[in-house]
Amino acid sequence: MATLPLKADQIARVKELARAIADQVQDVISKNSSVCVERTILRLYGVDGVNDEGTPLPNRLVEILQEKGKLASGVSRAFVAAMLASGRDAQTTAELIEQGKIDFGNMETFSPADIRKKETELAENAVRLMDDSRKRKQEKQTHWGLPKQPWRYMIVATGNIYEDRTQGKAAVMAGADIIAVIRSTAQSLLDYIPYGATTEGFGGTFATQENFKIMRQALDEASKANNRHVRLVNYASGLCMAEIAACAAIEDLDMLLNDSMYGILFRDINMKRTFIDQHFSRLICSRAKIIINTGEDNYLTTADAMESAHTVTASQLINEAMAKNALLTDDLLGLGHAFEINPQVENAFLFELAHAQLARQLFPDAPLKYMPPTKYMRTDIFHSHCMDTLFNLASVTTGQGIHLSGILTEAIHTPLMQDRYLSLSGINYVFNLARGLGDEIEFKAEGLIAKRAQQVLDEAEQFLTSLKESGLMEGIAQGRFADITRTENTGKGLDGVFEKGPAYVNPVITRLEEEGVVHD
Amino acid sequence: MTEELIKPYGDTLNDGIVQLSFTLPVENGPRAKKAAEIYVSELNFEHISVACAEKVADDFTFFVVYARAIPVIDYANIQASEIKTEFMDFYAVNELIKTKANRRLNVVGATIGSDAHTVGIDAIMNMKGYNMDYGLERYPEMNAWNMGAQVTSEDLLKKVLETDADAILVSQTVTQKDAHIRNFTELMELLEAENVRHRFIVIAGGPRITHELAIELGYDAGFGPGTLPSHVASYIVTTFLKKKG
Repeated sequence: MATLPLKADQIARVKELARAIADQVQDVISKNSSVCVERTILRLYGVDGVNDEGTPLPNRLVEILQEKGKLASGVSRAFVAAMLASGRDAQTTAELIEQGKIDFGNMETFSPADIRKKETELAENAVRLMDDSRKRKQEKQTHWGLPKQPWRYMIVATGNIYEDRTQGKAAVMAGADIIAVIRSTAQSLLDYIPYGATTEGFGGTFATQENFKIMRQALDEASKANNRHVRLVNYASGLCMAEIAACAAIEDLDMLLNDSMYGILFRDINMKRTFIDQHFSRLICSRAKIIINTGEDNYLTTADAMESAHTVTASQLINEAMAKNALLTDDLLGLGHAFEINPQVENAFLFELAHAQLARQLFPDAPLKYMPPTKYMRTDIFHSHCMDTLFNLASVTTGQGIHLSGILTEAIHTPLMQDRYLSLSGINYVFNLARGLGDEIEFKAEGLIAKRAQQVLDEAEQFLTSLKESGLMEGIAQGRFADITRTENTGKGLDGVFEKGPAYVNPVITRLEEEGVVHD
Repeated sequence: MTEELIKPYGDTLNDGIVQLSFTLPVENGPRAKKAAEIYVSELNFEHISVACAEKVADDFTFFVVYARAIPVIDYANIQASEIKTEFMDFYAVNELIKTKANRRLNVVGATIGSDAHTVGIDAIMNMKGYNMDYGLERYPEMNAWNMGAQVTSEDLLKKVLETDADAILVSQTVTQKDAHIRNFTELMELLEAENVRHRFIVIAGGPRITHELAIELGYDAGFGPGTLPSHVASYIVTTFLKKKG
């Protein structure tokens, strides 16, 4: 593979800076918890379903404890005590609590030793869910093998999970390796996970555990029919990051969109809430071997791709460092970037190559997530198809990992079946024609591409240096990412953050952290 | 008025040539191609040529078809509303505000409803703008507030009153089952219910928006794909001065 003459010591420096920046927020993460984190524990203990008003039981239980002023100790022990009191399984216990038949939060009846014993059993089961999912996925990979990179990633977004199933299977037949079910746009701000199979959505389909199951089954069928491993993606972003990760682990999803800062910047979710939730979600992803996809491409939809390329690099480095703090290994880091330079810029394609190659070399073992042009896509679909073709060429030349299929109708509507087919045909064509191009070429040491990549890396280093001084939270408050300003004590979901009391426990996190990275 | 009969142009005047592409829910094969041809003839085309028929999924076939359209229309009778504003650049707009308005203009923008996409409103409002054309935030003679996405109509109105806005920009990018129409309508109904509609220049924007549609929905103007910030700015200042008299 052609390489840029980047200096190893500079790469080591930027990684160290990012590590220091990520560590700054680790303190906030370890001192606090959130309602989402607590609901996730309940889900992993086996609580599911909704009450008569349609409110998910994990939400109800956390609310009940919160109303009693007892959430600071966490939900785990209170729930274990309730299970001992009911003598029933987790789901039945949750229903009894919801019906007011158990004094939830009463810790007097049972000895701490009995509670701890039951809690250990529940936490072991919780982690076993992730282990079982990991093993099932590994069996599939062993059976079918992994496709060549770049993996062809295709979105479906009909709003109706049953229609998504048809669209997803069609995309697999056309060559997709990965199917992502785009979420309904309103979902990131919901502080609960909707329940059951859904057939109405806005610009996408609601992420629910049942929908995950339906799509997983459809793709398993498609895997068999096409004799290829097909992977499933959904979104662990917004106010339910960790809960979605838990559902995804249970239903064998392979990838999750999961960014450490996206929700803060683009959905105005409180930064403490986001950092706390992403940490737990990523620990789950690590254990269940779910590849995360980070959202750096979004920076370039608001800011300019030439002026702000270094913020993409900086964010990738920070996402990597935070992911390492949550035990994610390189093979699980779908760090994001995008092909978004203004086409009026002369030699824009060369600069795109520079950006893509820089990311490739900074994270050599990560399956980078490369996003197609969106901002300058035209409603002239024929022209847009040409733009995607050059994106495809940049991707295969620089050996990207996860290739999000650009679609010619990007600027018009959520894709039709034929739009997906044309998109994948174009990708298949370019990938086949230019498979070995990156191995055959060299970048001129003093050429435009090498210089541009060096410039972006230099700017990223300066940026990270000043970010380390100000602190990450202050940097975000100053609007240094994507020209968007967010502060520590504003944003959605802040009221769901609480300081851990002296008796607080989260036995799932404790277990995951103590056992570290699992190598099968 | 003289008649001005027209039909699509391929390479000879009045040849009527149209390219179509669509998918039928049938398995590919001779019958599928015949079905595509007959379907296109039902649409009032002749000399139909099915150039491409490809299986896109089990029981689905994609077609590219060329055909000659039969109808002609009289162009002399066609009316369309368009924004009657002379487009000025960044400097001219600011100069006009400075000399004629005697104060800065206040503009509030948002993507309303469940739509989470800020790409449209950002392109028009953000400092950097779009395609080398500065956004409204950069206009020294404007105060611009970009509220971002998923803003409720109520919150938007609150901000508009608080900032004493002259113009409101409303964007809708992603839509399904006409949600954008519902959202645009909801805002307009709120403005009318609060009896404040007349106080503002209200502008709709997004890839599905035409000026005509915007007018139909009760807005002052609509801007579709390819709109530059300076277009919107020109419209705001011209209309503001007209209203001011």
